Amino acid sequence: MLAYTLKRTFVAFLILIVVSGLTFSLSHLAGDPALTIGGEQASDEDIEAIRVLYGFDRPLYVQFFDWGLKALQGDFGESYHYRQPVADMIGERIGRTMLLGFLAILFALVVSIPMGTLAAMRPNSLIDRFALLIAVFGQALPTFWFALMMMIVFGIWWRMLPISGHTDWAHYVMPTIALGYYATPALMRLTRAGMIEVLASDYIRTARAKGLSPTVVLFKHALRNAIIPVVALAAVWFGFMLGGSIVIETIFNLKGLGWLSYDALLRSDLPVVQAIVLIFASFYVVLTLLADLLNAWLDPRISVK
Amino acid sequence: MKLRHLATLATGAVTATMLSTAALAGPDDNSLVIAWGSTGPIEHVDNYVNTNRTGIWFSRMVWDQLIYREPKTFEYKPLLATGWEQLSDTVWQFKLREGVKFHNGEPFDADDVVYTLNWISNPENGVKVQRNVNWIKEARKVDQYTVDLEMKRPFPQAFEFLSGPITIYPNEYYEKVGPDGMHKAPVGTGPMKVVSITTAEEYVFEKNTDYTWGSPKGEAQVDKIVVREIADVQTQIAELLAGGIDITADISADHVDQIGGVPGYTALQAGTMRTGYIGFDAANRSGHEPVNKLKVRQAMAHAIDRESLVKNLIRGDAGVIHTPCFPTQFGCSVDAAVKYEFDPDKAKALLAEAGYPDGFDIEFYTFRPADWAEAIMGDLAKVGIKATLTKMPYFALRDKQRNEGTTPMFLMDWGSYSMNDMSAITSHFFKKGPDDFALDDDVAGWLEAGDTNSDPDVRKANYAKAIEKITGEVYWLPMFNHVRNYGYREELEFTPYQDEIPRFWQYGWKS
Repeated sequence: MLAYTLKRTFVAFLILIVVSGLTFSLSHLAGDPALTIGGEQASDEDIEAIRVLYGFDRPLYVQFFDWGLKALQGDFGESYHYRQPVADMIGERIGRTMLLGFLAILFALVVSIPMGTLAAMRPNSLIDRFALLIAVFGQALPTFWFALMMMIVFGIWWRMLPISGHTDWAHYVMPTIALGYYATPALMRLTRAGMIEVLASDYIRTARAKGLSPTVVLFKHALRNAIIPVVALAAVWFGFMLGGSIVIETIFNLKGLGWLSYDALLRSDLPVVQAIVLIFASFYVVLTLLADLLNAWLDPRISVK
Repeated sequence: MKLRHLATLATGAVTATMLSTAALAGPDDNSLVIAWGSTGPIEHVDNYVNTNRTGIWFSRMVWDQLIYREPKTFEYKPLLATGWEQLSDTVWQFKLREGVKFHNGEPFDADDVVYTLNWISNPENGVKVQRNVNWIKEARKVDQYTVDLEMKRPFPQAFEFLSGPITIYPNEYYEKVGPDGMHKAPVGTGPMKVVSITTAEEYVFEKNTDYTWGSPKGEAQVDKIVVREIADVQTQIAELLAGGIDITADISADHVDQIGGVPGYTALQAGTMRTGYIGFDAANRSGHEPVNKLKVRQAMAHAIDRESLVKNLIRGDAGVIHTPCFPTQFGCSVDAAVKYEFDPDKAKALLAEAGYPDGFDIEFYTFRPADWAEAIMGDLAKVGIKATLTKMPYFALRDKQRNEGTTPMFLMDWGSYSMNDMSAITSHFFKKGPDDFALDDDVAGWLEAGDTNSDPDVRKANYAKAIEKITGEVYWLPMFNHVRNYGYREELEFTPYQDEIPRFWQYGWKS
């Protein structure tokens, strides 16, 4: 188990280096950052001066290693545009993105586990069909469209919820549903499949034969076992949600890391792009690693393989 | 019981949210909430650090210039300077206004002007857009309310800069806090005071009640202005219709019809001096054969129906432009331009004469809406020219043009930094810089002569020659001036201007 953990951690570290290198290269290939920093008004002399000032005249690999060494010490540099330390900009916004991601995955679990359980209890019933319909809609509806529809209904028609911003809890309701709904189908189907398998197993039959109440059998014996892979998948989805918040944060003007990365990409604010990609990649890699380790702990055959 | 309690709580919370949303803005408390930001947030509000065009609205609210340029007539009027006199080809003397105070109470006088002009013209202080300031040699105090400004060379566009990007700072405060301090707590003499700044999110202003000295900019019409940075246009529209904001200026022409049809709201399309054009790689920088031939470019000019494009797609106050500059700009003579009427038959004949009777394929680039480019491509297809469209983000396309030069034909536009002088557009593109795809020595020479001579007649004569050759050779096919599309509550009163500079303090509620 220890060897497996070390090996997976090393691979995760390698992935982060490769992701950083690719992001750095692609960001620089996408355009001349001096031009975007200078803006429309900048003359040729201004742009050349910016190029020298920010070190863009140095070879790309020198710029990358310079950035990498500082990043290892927690220094992500200064935003080209906002003239603020990138770490501070991220610190101001990471809480919003984490909160949104957490609420979204919570929403997905709260919806998907009961629905998956109900569907498993009565396969091919109306409830099961309804759950399937929800799953199909969840996967088929583009997130941005679903978000706009909610805005129209709850923001414009009924004026129940604020449309954009992040100053109080009400601002998180629509973004949470829009983001969380996307994860619901996968989690619900996994719950359903797990529950169907568990409910047909011998120990459940034994529990029923012992005269335990259906509620105890369902929640204490069946769901507790069926839910373990769901929790592992939810951890991975949580990583997806943090990355996927770019669209949702932009639509709802919820200025977290997703919005910041969108803004930084548009402006070729490379230090910000680099840092956020590294953070999103780290979240995802760590959560995947934890999910793998959890699975390995639950099923030792995985680490042996 | 518990469920009922939860329901009551939820109802109360929802009601509170509704009330807080509804109470955001309006004529009742004489406040105004504006959405801005589809072109990106202001990265740094210090006027000399910011490079984003959206920073212009902020600077006009908080600071004043020496000179005021009347936005309709483009006439120069006194602002912080009450009068001026040219002492030599390179020296102007300004008499300054007495009794003006900065927002922090610091009195305005010659020390502030001298400090600001000398600070910004010192390259070591790192003003990002050097073009705005690098013509200044030195400012000297003559007395408490008189300043001499010396230029490095005769610079006829000086007043465009002194009435535009050059704003006057309080010397004692700026000396103490520097650019970052000014970013956190801006202090100026302008019609609005800054209450709070949340970078890239929200800016709150209150009326400067001391702004009563007869400034031509006028006193603020509302007591409080909140400007919210909202990047997504759909979100801006949703906020407008939900009552969260009072006005947006980032919408498209299609949205104008939609918003205009909603009771309580109205929309308008106001013309600007932003000039759209099709550029051709006449100098053959991209190695694409057909467009370096004059007859081919003339054929394309005759093949494109600009009137139809303006009428059906751009709409509003837009109009066809025939000059490589905006007609109100100094030196931009419409009479000097060679004009091309829509005539597909003539286009076909010119193509045959150029050796392309069956047309040719060409790459076409833009960052603007694809439907504009597609309308142009449709016209070209009718004479046999098959254009393939590549739509790219603005800065990526600029980079491709400047550094690679691999764009044989492109639909672009230029706002001239809101300057009413054709040097701000034509000289930028035709003086053999990285954006020049004509590389014409004659044109570059005439423009240089126009840019550096202080005699207006000499300037006009040189600019006219440049316009005639640029249009005669079809280095550019000028297209149309752009419009800005506004959606707003119908109780709101405001005037949009061609220079694309929003003057939010002049916006008010109908009484």
